[in-house]
Amino acid sequence: MGAVVGTLTMQTKQRRPSRDKADDDLEMTMVCHRPEGLDQLEAQTNFSKRELQVLYRGFKNECPSGVVNEDTFKQIYSQFFPHGDASTYAHYLFNAFDTGHTGSIKFEDFVTALSILLRGSVTEKLQWTFNLYDINRDGYINKEEMTDIVRAIYDMMGKYTYPVLKTDAPKQHVDAFFQKMDKNKDGVVTLDEFLLSCQEDENIMRSLQLFENVI
Amino acid sequence: MAAGVATWLPFARAAAVGWLPLAKKTMPKPPVDNSSRSDEILYLNVSGVRFQTWKNTLDRYPDTLLGSSEKEFFFNEDTEEYFFDRDHEMFRHILNFYRTGKLHYPRHECIQAFDEELAFYGIVPEIIGDCCMEEYRDRKKENQERLAEDTEANEVMDAPLPPDSTPRERLWRAFENPHTSTMALVFYYVTGFFIAVSVIANVVETVPCRPPEGRVKDLPCGEKYQLAFFCMDTACVLIFTFEYLMRLFAAPSRCKFMRSVMSVIDVVAIMPYYIGLVMPENEDVSGAFVTLRVFRVFRIFKFSRHSQGLRILGYTLKSCASELGFLLFSLTMAIIIFATVMFYAEKGTKGSTFTSIPASFWYTIVTMTTLGYGDMVPNTIAGKIFGSICSLSGVLVIALPVPVIVSNFSRIYHQNQRADKRRAQQKVRLARIRMAKKGTTNAFLQYKEDRALGDRDSDSTALCVKNRSAFEHQHHHLLHCLEKTTNHEFTDELTYSELCMTESVGFRTSRSTSLSSQQGAQNNPTGCCPRRARRRAAMRLANSTASVSRGSVQELDTLHVKTTSIPPQTRSSLNAQADDLKLNCGEQDFTAAIISIPTPPANTPDESLPPSPAPIPGILRNTRATAYTHETVKISSL
Repeated sequence: MGAVVGTLTMQTKQRRPSRDKADDDLEMTMVCHRPEGLDQLEAQTNFSKRELQVLYRGFKNECPSGVVNEDTFKQIYSQFFPHGDASTYAHYLFNAFDTGHTGSIKFEDFVTALSILLRGSVTEKLQWTFNLYDINRDGYINKEEMTDIVRAIYDMMGKYTYPVLKTDAPKQHVDAFFQKMDKNKDGVVTLDEFLLSCQEDENIMRSLQLFENVI
Repeated sequence: MAAGVATWLPFARAAAVGWLPLAKKTMPKPPVDNSSRSDEILYLNVSGVRFQTWKNTLDRYPDTLLGSSEKEFFFNEDTEEYFFDRDHEMFRHILNFYRTGKLHYPRHECIQAFDEELAFYGIVPEIIGDCCMEEYRDRKKENQERLAEDTEANEVMDAPLPPDSTPRERLWRAFENPHTSTMALVFYYVTGFFIAVSVIANVVETVPCRPPEGRVKDLPCGEKYQLAFFCMDTACVLIFTFEYLMRLFAAPSRCKFMRSVMSVIDVVAIMPYYIGLVMPENEDVSGAFVTLRVFRVFRIFKFSRHSQGLRILGYTLKSCASELGFLLFSLTMAIIIFATVMFYAEKGTKGSTFTSIPASFWYTIVTMTTLGYGDMVPNTIAGKIFGSICSLSGVLVIALPVPVIVSNFSRIYHQNQRADKRRAQQKVRLARIRMAKKGTTNAFLQYKEDRALGDRDSDSTALCVKNRSAFEHQHHHLLHCLEKTTNHEFTDELTYSELCMTESVGFRTSRSTSLSSQQGAQNNPTGCCPRRARRRAAMRLANSTASVSRGSVQELDTLHVKTTSIPPQTRSSLNAQADDLKLNCGEQDFTAAIISIPTPPANTPDESLPPSPAPIPGILRNTRATAYTHETVKISSL
């Protein structure tokens, strides 16, 4: 049965709910998720065929099974930040990438998110960021969510920083953020407030253009 | 970094968009990637066999030959391929390393040839995967040992003495390596001869000789030719004493020498003679003296200096001690059990030789080792039954542990060697991984320094950055963005501890307080953020760089570090805005400080570069010292 599963050409298939851990493991190793065709992906994203090819080759090399699960994701992301602990932020990132909440990132998810981040419009990028911050996906960013995110970012810095990292630095950062973003001072930031505040800030606007040549 | 990680870098950088709304400072500009975007297939011709691979594959490990620009030296323009005049079979493994990230060691290849290939392609052997690592290490160790033995043997034979050695060193060398000079050789043989003479004399003097005239009983030769034997003994002991004293004099470490086994044997061999000299001719004491003479037989152990085999045997027994101990213990158990049984079985009989349990020990030992002297024999039926059981079990008890000991010895011997190897390797591996991690930190700090320097002088930027790959540029830019987001910077452990020290030393130093009085907000020791938040809210975007630098200089002041006067050439526009600040900084004269701030890096207003005064000489010193080590120890995969 595992072999049958493996030879099926799956098109954006949802991962089967696992009954047994052994079955699950077998499935994970046998399942070879293949993405949609190159043409479809090119139509859906803002990348050219060549760029998609390069991206897929790298993706497939790291994850021959075609999907990334959260642990692998955390591992990969942590390698870029050897000083500190990147796992918390990687967790939030993973949830932001995994739009279908399937627990694993397929190539389509990966490329869709990259397309937004690198080639999307300003509004799209800010929307993606808002979704990243809104951990529970209720449409509002409250202080706790923001504090979690900020703390996760500060964790990535590690211990040895200059100046010395104070314990209330995240909190103060969050306070500053809310002061700027929360227009009606109701304690939460909605998408509109967020978009508005960011568009007012020239710094942010300018920085958003920076990452376009990443690929 | 691991192979595939390079391919995920774009994703990590894209994810940095998530930091942007939080960033307190503007992001630095990303590095411009001038290399061609499209991925191309490269042709590698290795001794006629053509390999093809993507350029990206080779770029995964930028610090190897194939991943760096070094391969351009091998580019053949006529055929548009990279030509390597090396072994193509080995190259297959090298190329697979790039593809899969794991290096395998082909078992049928010579270890030295493999090492040479790795060295040529700039690949560190530590990356060999776990599947092949042990084999590789074993072969390598074996090879090294063999080579070491050969060279050692050669050396010992032919090495001339260092010209300025003292007579003491020469003497020691003569003792340790008798082959070096003829005198030493002569002395070696003479002592050997005398050892043999002494041992033979000890043996012969107990042989019965024909009695002299007038006596009936046979006399041991020792008593008949007492004078002759005494003279021979004296001569031998004199020689041995002389040798021992010479060795003691020549030894580089006398205490260590006196504790060594050979010197103990020497002492034990000659002591009885001297004790015999001083002892009076007393009947009672001479009985004890006679037992002392037994120790003269230890002279035979002096032969172990002359024989390698004896030494190995001694080492073997020492290393096998636990097995031997077990054998002894199990034998003892069996002996006690059977002796008890036999004693009680034979207790009743008249004239039984089994008088006590200890007396039965002798019977048990003789029976179990299948000697069977017959001096003690069971008479009862029960005794005979148990006696036969005893002899049968004796065969088993003795025959079984012996091969186990033999194989144990060989297994333990090899195992010990391997365990030591592994422990040393583990330590080395961890040390290398730690150094590589430090290397990435230091690489980043070095990058920041270079950026700071480079901004002032665009020419040097080109020089500094050419050694860094595109991957590193982008990675460093990413880390830089994170710094900007959190408004903290990465430092290394040393500087961090220095910082902690300065903070704890005290905020109130005896310096001119003009700065602190003017900057009222400064006396807040808990940090920069509220101030900066206020500043940020108040700042106009046009002066963003200026305000931020003001904030950062302020922040430095809370640490109460020593400042040098800021030279006027740096960014007059910037300093003009922070006028009051500059004056005070210029006049500052701080006490007690470890760190000194250099000039803030030059910053043209149009670029949103980090105006951070980060490269503090203290940090600079550290990173400069360690930044270059990462070039040598960097491994391409974690």
